[in-house]
Amino acid sequence: MPNSNIQLDDNGRLRHFLSIEGLDQAILTEILDTAGSFTSVADRTIKKVPILRGKTVANLFFEASTRTRSTFELAEQRLSADILSLNVDTSATVKGESLLDTLQNLEAMQIDMFVIRHQDSGSAHFFAQHVRPGVSVLNAGDGQHEHPTQAMLDMYTIRHYKRDFSGLRVAIVGDILHSRVARSQIHALNLLNTAEVRVIAPRTLMPVAVESLGVSIYDDLEKGLADVDVVIMLRLQRERMRGALLPSEKEYFRKFGLSQERLQRASPDAIVMHPGPANRGVEIESSVMDGKQSVILQQVSFGISVRMAVMSMIVGQSGLSSGPQPGGDA
Amino acid sequence: MSLHICNGRVVGVAESSIRTLDVYLQNGKIVGLGSAPNGFRAKQVIDAENRLILPGLIDCQARLRDPGEPEKANIESETRAAVKNGITGLCIPPDTQPPIDNSATVELIHHRNEMFGHQARVFPIGALTRGLGGEQLSNMASLCANGCVAFSNAKHPLASNLVQRRAMDYARGQQALVVIQPLDHDLLGSGCAHEGAIATRLGLPSIPEAAETAALAKDIELVAQTGARTHFGQLSCARSVDMVRRAKAKGLPISADCAIHQLFLTDHDIGNFDSNMLTIPPLRVQADRDALRKGLADGTIDCLCSDHQPHEVDAKLKPFPSAEPGISGLDTLLALALRLVAEDVLSLPDLIAKLTMNPASIFGLPGGNIGVGEAADLIIVDPDSHWICDAAAFVSKGKNTAFQGWDFHGSVTHTLIDGKVVYQS
Repeated sequence: MPNSNIQLDDNGRLRHFLSIEGLDQAILTEILDTAGSFTSVADRTIKKVPILRGKTVANLFFEASTRTRSTFELAEQRLSADILSLNVDTSATVKGESLLDTLQNLEAMQIDMFVIRHQDSGSAHFFAQHVRPGVSVLNAGDGQHEHPTQAMLDMYTIRHYKRDFSGLRVAIVGDILHSRVARSQIHALNLLNTAEVRVIAPRTLMPVAVESLGVSIYDDLEKGLADVDVVIMLRLQRERMRGALLPSEKEYFRKFGLSQERLQRASPDAIVMHPGPANRGVEIESSVMDGKQSVILQQVSFGISVRMAVMSMIVGQSGLSSGPQPGGDA
Repeated sequence: MSLHICNGRVVGVAESSIRTLDVYLQNGKIVGLGSAPNGFRAKQVIDAENRLILPGLIDCQARLRDPGEPEKANIESETRAAVKNGITGLCIPPDTQPPIDNSATVELIHHRNEMFGHQARVFPIGALTRGLGGEQLSNMASLCANGCVAFSNAKHPLASNLVQRRAMDYARGQQALVVIQPLDHDLLGSGCAHEGAIATRLGLPSIPEAAETAALAKDIELVAQTGARTHFGQLSCARSVDMVRRAKAKGLPISADCAIHQLFLTDHDIGNFDSNMLTIPPLRVQADRDALRKGLADGTIDCLCSDHQPHEVDAKLKPFPSAEPGISGLDTLLALALRLVAEDVLSLPDLIAKLTMNPASIFGLPGGNIGVGEAADLIIVDPDSHWICDAAAFVSKGKNTAFQGWDFHGSVTHTLIDGKVVYQS
C-alpha cells in the first residue's frame, strides 16, 4: 500500500496520528485499552493527570468545529498540557502567509504537538512531513480523507456496548462521499475484524469503487438495515441540496432518514450512533436520536478518553498504569 | 558553415529505418546523406560512432512561463533545458500572462527568444478567444501572420458550443489548426485525482473520465460540422483513444497527442498525497495507460509531448488538492520515450516520428526528418549512457518531476539547430 509508516517511529510506536489506514489491529486495540484506563479520570474530583505536563499542544483549526475542538481541549487539559488554540482564518492564510509558514512560526514557539483540522485531504500528512523531528501531528479531520480520533471513539463506543467486533454487522448511512468520518470508520472496523460493514447512501453521495475499501453497498436503507447490530448515521450537510446531489431534505428523509419504524429492521439490541452535529428530521428522527437505542451522547464523552489515549501514547505512555501518580497537578 | 557527421546511425522516420550514414550539413540544411555533395568541404567533423542521429525533437506542448511567471521559468531557462535534452522546437500554449492573443505578445516572445534563448525554435500557439475569455474571437489572421502555428483556448473554457463552433469555422477559413484539450469544466469541478479507488481512499475530489470524453465527443461532432483541422492534446482515457480512432476512420481531419507521463504513471503513484503527481488531466489507471500505449503504437495517437509545466518549489509545497498541477517534463522527455522502445511499445523510428515528423507535419513546422534539403535540426544521442533522474540536476527551472530516482538510458551529446551546434555535452 502506498500509505507509508510516517505515523510510526522505528519501534513501531505512534509518532503521529494521521489516518487509521496504515495502522494495525494491535495499535487500535491499544488505543481502546488505553482509553479505558482514562475513563475513570472524569469521575474524580480533580480530573487531571500529569502526562502532558510541561508539553505544549496547539489546536490549529482551519475549519470550524465545536465538538471535536472542545473534546480535544478537555483531553489536553486533563493531561495537564499547556494549550494554544487557534481558529485560523483561511482567507488570511490564502492571501498572505503560506500554510508552512504558519506551522513553522508556531513551531518556533516550542509546540510539542499539533492538533490540526484542515479542509484539504492529505493536509495532515503534509504537516507531518514538514514538522521538526520530535513534533507530533494529530489529524482532527483532513478534507474528505480521514478523521481518525472520531473513528476511534466510535470503535470505543461499539466495543463498550458490543464487546467483540467479529460477529457484528455495522451499517454506515448517509453522505459517504464527503465523509472523512466514514473513511476512517471503514478502515477501523475492518482492521478490528468486523463481520460486515455496509454503506447505505443515494448514488450521488456514494464514492466510486467504495467496495474496494471492504464494504458492501446498499441503495436502500430498509434492506441495508436488516439485522445490523450498529447503525452509524452521518450528518447531511445542507449545502448538498445545491449542485444537484439531492432533490430535497424531505425526499432524503423519506428514503434515507432513520425512523423508529425503520430501526425495527435492525437487530433488536442494535445501537444508533452519530458523529454529530445531527440534523433532526433530515437524517434522523428525534425519537430515535433521544431513544433508548441511541448512544450518541456517550460517544461524546468517550471522545475525551480516546483523545487522551492517543496523545498519551504519542508521548510514550500507555495509560495511567505506567504514568506518574494522578492528581498531582491541580 | 559546413559540418560532417560521420559513423552515426541515422534514424529515418519517414522510411522507418536505422542506417549507418554520414550526414553533411551546409548553410543550415542537410545537403548530403551517405555521400558528400560535389565540392563539399567540412569545416568541422563530428564522429558519432555508436551513437544515434535523430531529427531534433519537436515538443508540441510545453509551457515556458514567459511572459508572466518568472518565478516558475523563462524562455532562457527553458530553451536551455530544451537544447540540452535534444528538443529543437517547442509549441507553447497561449496561457502566458498576458495570453498570446495579440501580435505584441507574439513579437515579445520571439524577441526574448532571440535575445536570451538558446537557439531552440519557439512556436507560439495563439489564443482562440480574446484573453482566453471564451467569448470573443481573437484576431486569428493577424496572429497567423505573426507566426502563430495554431489556435487553442488552452485549459480555459469557451462560453458556449456556439462560440466553439464559430471559432472553429473561422479558424478553418484561415487554414489554421485548432488545438483542443478536451475538458468539460463542470465535470472537472474542483477535482484533482482520477475518479476511482485511489481518490475514494484518499478522499480526494475526483475527476471522472467523462470530464474528458463528454467534451471530446462534442468536439469531434464540431469537427464533423465545421471541417476545421483539429488536434486533440493530452488525452488520458482509454475511451478517448477509441473515440479518436473511430473519428479518424471516418476521415475527419483530426490528430492527437498524449503527455508522455501518462504512458508511465497511474493514480497509484499519488502514494501518500505526492503533489508532484498532481496533473490535469489526472493520472488514470492501468487500463487507460495500456490503451494510450496501444493508440500510440497503432497510429491513433500521432504525437508525444512533454506537457512541460515548470513550477517554483512553493507551488507544490502544499497539501495535494491545493498544489498546482503539472510536471516539469523537458529533462525527461527523450529518456522516457526511449524506454517505450525498450519496453517494446514501438520501434525506434516509429517512436521518433511521434516526436519529430508527425508534430512537424501537423503544426506545419520545419525539420522533423533527416533528408537532403531538410532543415539541419539534428541531435546526436548516446543510447547506452545510463543516468538516474535527479531533479536537482535538471536544467529546467522547474524541479517538479514525477520521475525522481528513475533509471534512464540515453542522453544527448550534441544538438544542432540550423546546422549549428547549440549544445554539446
